[in-house]
Amino acid sequence: MAIGVVRGWTGRALALATALFLGTSPSALHAGGKLNVVATTSDLAALAIEVGGDKVGVSAIARGYQDPHFVEAKPSFLLNLRRADLVVAVGLELEAGWLPPLLNQCGNPKVQPASQGYFDASQSAEILEIPAGPVSRAMGDVHPMGNPHYWLDPANGLRIATGLAQRLAQLSPGDAAYFQARLEDFRKRLGEAERRWDERMKPYRGRKVITYHRSWPNFAKRFGLQVVDFVEPRPGIPPSPGHLVALMARMKRENIKAILVEPYFDLKTPQSVARETGGQVVVLMPSVGGNKDTGDYIRLFDYDVELVARALQTDK
Amino acid sequence: MKPSPTILTAILGSAATVCAQSPAPPAPAAEQLKVLEARIRKLEEELQALKAIRPAPSAEPDQQPRPDETPVRLGGAGGAAGKALNPDLSLIGDFRAAVGHDPVRQEPGLENHEVELGLSAVVDPYSRGDVFLAFGKDGVEVEEAILTFPALPGGFSAKVGKMRAEFGKVNTRHNHTLPWTDRPLVTENLLGGEEGISDMGVSVSRILPAPGNLFLEATVQVFRGNSEGLFTATRKKDLSQVGHLRGYHDLTENTNLEVGLSYARGHNELGSDFTTTLRGADATLRWKPLQRSIYSSLLWRNELVWSQRELLDGTHASKGFYSSLEYRLNQRWTFGARYDRSGRAAEAGLVDRGWSALGTYWMSEFSQLRGQYRSTWYAGGQRAGEFRLQLLFVMGAHGAHPF
Repeated sequence: MAIGVVRGWTGRALALATALFLGTSPSALHAGGKLNVVATTSDLAALAIEVGGDKVGVSAIARGYQDPHFVEAKPSFLLNLRRADLVVAVGLELEAGWLPPLLNQCGNPKVQPASQGYFDASQSAEILEIPAGPVSRAMGDVHPMGNPHYWLDPANGLRIATGLAQRLAQLSPGDAAYFQARLEDFRKRLGEAERRWDERMKPYRGRKVITYHRSWPNFAKRFGLQVVDFVEPRPGIPPSPGHLVALMARMKRENIKAILVEPYFDLKTPQSVARETGGQVVVLMPSVGGNKDTGDYIRLFDYDVELVARALQTDK
Repeated sequence: MKPSPTILTAILGSAATVCAQSPAPPAPAAEQLKVLEARIRKLEEELQALKAIRPAPSAEPDQQPRPDETPVRLGGAGGAAGKALNPDLSLIGDFRAAVGHDPVRQEPGLENHEVELGLSAVVDPYSRGDVFLAFGKDGVEVEEAILTFPALPGGFSAKVGKMRAEFGKVNTRHNHTLPWTDRPLVTENLLGGEEGISDMGVSVSRILPAPGNLFLEATVQVFRGNSEGLFTATRKKDLSQVGHLRGYHDLTENTNLEVGLSYARGHNELGSDFTTTLRGADATLRWKPLQRSIYSSLLWRNELVWSQRELLDGTHASKGFYSSLEYRLNQRWTFGARYDRSGRAAEAGLVDRGWSALGTYWMSEFSQLRGQYRSTWYAGGQRAGEFRLQLLFVMGAHGAHPF
């Protein structure tokens, strides 16, 4: 086509579009035979590494010390997403504020919801707090599909890993045996760790605790803790003085000493509550990689279980 | 599992033996008992032998119900299940109040500025639809109605429909996602008013190959050529074009820089022989510490626009810009300031200036109250000072946060 034929802006736009099209193709299919996995959180990334080993390249969007509700849809995430073979998401609308626009913009058909390259981990896990009655935002920023912090139960970790092994095997059938072997190894190591954690938490079963946000129901259920109240009056709503007064009265009345807080919440309020009530603030890590001691899924529980046990031990 | 023919024959055979032996001659009770015991033993032995030749049952045969044993479920799902495919609904209210004096941008003291109804759904495996209907002082209008094809071959994505054009940063935003109660002077003066460039058209985007972790994206859009106050298509072929190049880089985990270049060209109200050309540049610096993202952040945004409008007395060249700073002090309060300066598109040489101070109180993620003091020096010596209040609320689907 002669250059002279490309006239007017419409023509030039088409020419530009053609030029872009002839540029590099984005889906440089899993370079080096590795499947490219993008997990929305570091926990799901850690589980994908447990199962996928060196047959997968894994990256995570949210950091372990970041509130996964409020991740920003930065364009830099698109660079990984457009090359991804598999997106692993927490689901239950945890990522509602940022994953849909990222998937819309990444131009990668393989990882769109409902395709084989999109894995919603909540579908493999036991979900708590699924509202049975009416739901409204008078309850705060509720999750109508159930509590999305479900990865904080090792049984769910194993369930998610099992689901991931199946999905990875579908995407890369030649490595199915490898993924299965890694899953079995993870199952064995997790089982041993669970016996250790159960032993450590045994003296504290049934103990009452306060948490900042509704992030710990699965953890509490697994280790026999009772979460009786929250620093936030309702999910996503900052604490009011009236609520804090009631909370402190309850802690004194029921002799509750531990307040479990994620590192991304303001510590001043829980600390002043703890001072008033003679309790203590325990900054737990809700996700893998939140600090250097929580480098993988098992170490995350090692860390949290030890902190909780120590806190409940001292306030006996 | 069906019994094999061998097993059936064996069972029938042993039954026949029992039957054949039963009409035996009468005997004393004790002897009869012995005979019966012997028979039972024999039957038991036969039973053991039969068990031995049966194939070994699979491990844990009764742990799980076999698929053919699960009860048949009759009928489909009821209740609300049929509504699961309805689009996600959201409704956003934008109420405003103003006190003070502004001779140019005259707005009522109390106003239902806009109620926006949003409907979003995945249309089919290839596309999604997003429709936003605005109910405001001018009646009902389709603010945007977009069919998006997020993943076309070759890494392209496309949008078709009535949409806000990809010109700069603020033009793509709906009112309720802005950090201010108004639009900058440069939008009012050079981009045709509050609506900005908004038209029916086709948009194609693609992420471009770039070195390192640089993100580059190009967007090319072709519109019908009608955008209120800016472009007018008097003939079918008076299409308008918009192009946008976007670059983004993470400077650190907490800080990032985004820059953009924009271009727009269309015919103006004087007819097909008169065009308006806009060029834009934007730069945004964001700081948001990941671990404290809900408590603290800073955003500094700047946009420049150059306008060339062909009029009867020649080409009028004007430029305008704004610079805006937003700071989140805590979970509930955001403060900001904006400086505006813009020429007028059709009256080159006349320049309006202004500044604003803002405070936003976030009752929750779903409702905010915003106050803005806006001071303006219009060209020709007119002076304006206004205090504006805005109440925003969201009902329904949790929309994505704009970035």
